[in-house]
Amino acid sequence: MSATAPPATDSLRLDRLGIGELESVDLAVEPGEILCLSGASGAGKSRLLRAVADLEPHRGEVWLGELAQSAVPGHRWRRRVMLVPAESHWWADGVGEHLADPGDRDLEALGFDREVLGWQVSRLSSGEKQRLALLRALCREPAALLLDEPTANLDDATARRVEAWLVERVRERGWPVIWVAHDRAQIGRVARRHLRIHGGGLVEEEQAAWT
Amino acid sequence: MDVIELSWWQLALAALMVVALAGCMAAARLGMSRSLLVAAARTVIQLALVGLVLEALFAAERLHWVALMALGMLLIAGREVMARQKRRLLGGWAFGIGTVAMFLSSFTVTVLTLTVIIGPEPWYRPQYAIPLLGMMLGNTMTGVALALDRLTETAWRQRAVIENRLMLGQRWKEAIGDIRREAMRSGLMPMINAMAAAGVVSLPGMMTGQILAGSPPALAVKYQILIMFTITLGTGFGTLAAVAAGSRRLFDGRERLRLDRLAVPK
Repeated sequence: MSATAPPATDSLRLDRLGIGELESVDLAVEPGEILCLSGASGAGKSRLLRAVADLEPHRGEVWLGELAQSAVPGHRWRRRVMLVPAESHWWADGVGEHLADPGDRDLEALGFDREVLGWQVSRLSSGEKQRLALLRALCREPAALLLDEPTANLDDATARRVEAWLVERVRERGWPVIWVAHDRAQIGRVARRHLRIHGGGLVEEEQAAWT
Repeated sequence: MDVIELSWWQLALAALMVVALAGCMAAARLGMSRSLLVAAARTVIQLALVGLVLEALFAAERLHWVALMALGMLLIAGREVMARQKRRLLGGWAFGIGTVAMFLSSFTVTVLTLTVIIGPEPWYRPQYAIPLLGMMLGNTMTGVALALDRLTETAWRQRAVIENRLMLGQRWKEAIGDIRREAMRSGLMPMINAMAAAGVVSLPGMMTGQILAGSPPALAVKYQILIMFTITLGTGFGTLAAVAAGSRRLFDGRERLRLDRLAVPK
C-alpha cells in the first residue's frame, strides 16, 4: 500500500438508484466522509451496496466524481468502488495469495505480523477472516468503500481497534464510505450522517443523540 | 475371410437365455427382471430400425440423406446433453450451446478425417461417414454434458466465492477461472482414461468389431488409433467451446454473476 498517493477527491453519488423494494435513492457521500446505513434485517441494506458495486441489475446510476458506473466495464468499476461483504470468501489455500503486499503498519494495526501471509485460509477464525478481508480490499487501492458490517464477527476490543484503523485510513485516503452498521454506539463514533432504510426509502436519523 | 452369417434363430437362442435370466431373477424375487426385459426389447427394436435406415442409406448413397441423418443424430445428442444437466442454462441456451459446440467440433473433425485422412469415394460414403460421426458424437456428447454440468453446478455452489472475487475487481474470466479448469478436466477425463487403458485393460469396440469382421489386427489397430485421436479432438474442442460459451453466459454485459439464468433442479 503506497502511503504517498494523494488522497481521493471524488465523491460517491447515487442518482435515483432502485433495487428490490428500494425506490429512487438519491445520496451523495463526500470524499473522506463515512455515512452509516442501518435498517431491519431484510430491509435491503446489503442489496443496496450490491447495486452500488454493480453486482446486481438495478435502476438508476451511480457516480464516482465524474465517472458514471455504466460508462466503465464492471470489473473496473468494482476495482474503484469496492464492496467488503459481511462474510468473506477465499479461493486459494494460502492467505498470502489473496493479499497484494500489505504494509507492516496496517498488519500491525489489525493485530497481525508478516507471518500471517504464510498461514492457511482453512485455519483462520471468523474474526481473523473478517480483518484480513478488510485488509485484502484496502490493499487494492480502491477509490470508494462499501462496508457491510465490517466488525460483526469481532469481540468488542478488536472491533474498536479495527474501527479506529478504518476511520484513520478513510480520513487519510479521502475515500467516500458507506458503512452498514447496527451498533448505535459505533455509528455515533464513526459517522457524521446516519440513514435508516425504512419503507422503501432512506430516512435521516438524528445523529446528535448518539454522540 | 468373411464373417460367419448370423441368422434370426441363432439370435433367438441368445434372447432365450436373457429371458431365462429374467425368470431366475423373478423367481428369486430380486426385482429388475421387468426392466431387463424392457431394455432387451428396446435393443432389438432400436437396432433393427437403425439397421433398416442404414441399409437404405447405404443403398442410396446421397449426400442429402447422409446430411439429414447426421442432423438427426446431432439434435438427439443436443437434447441428451441438455437432459443430463442438473442446473441447465435457461432460455434454450443449454441446448444451443451443447448442440453448436458438438456441431463445430464433431462435424469439422469428421469431415476433415473423411476428406484428408481416410479419403473414401465419394467422401461422404455412408459406410464410413455415419459410424465415424456416431462415435464422434457419442463421445463428444458425454464430454460436453459432463463439462457443462460441472460448470453450472460448481458455479452454483461457489457463487459466494465468485462474487467475492468480482467485488475485489477481478474480471469475470479470472473469477471463474478455477471452475472453468475443473469443468474442462471433467469433460476430458473419460477420453484420457480410455486412451490410457486402450488395449491393456479393454479392447476398444470398433477394433474388436473389425477383427471379428475379418480385418487383419494391424489394420484394425491403425483404425482404432485414428478413431481415438479424432474422438479426442472432437471431445476436446467441443468441451472447449461449450465451457467458453457456457461460462460467458453465466455473466452479463456488466460482468455480474447471473445465476438466475440457471434452472432450479426439480
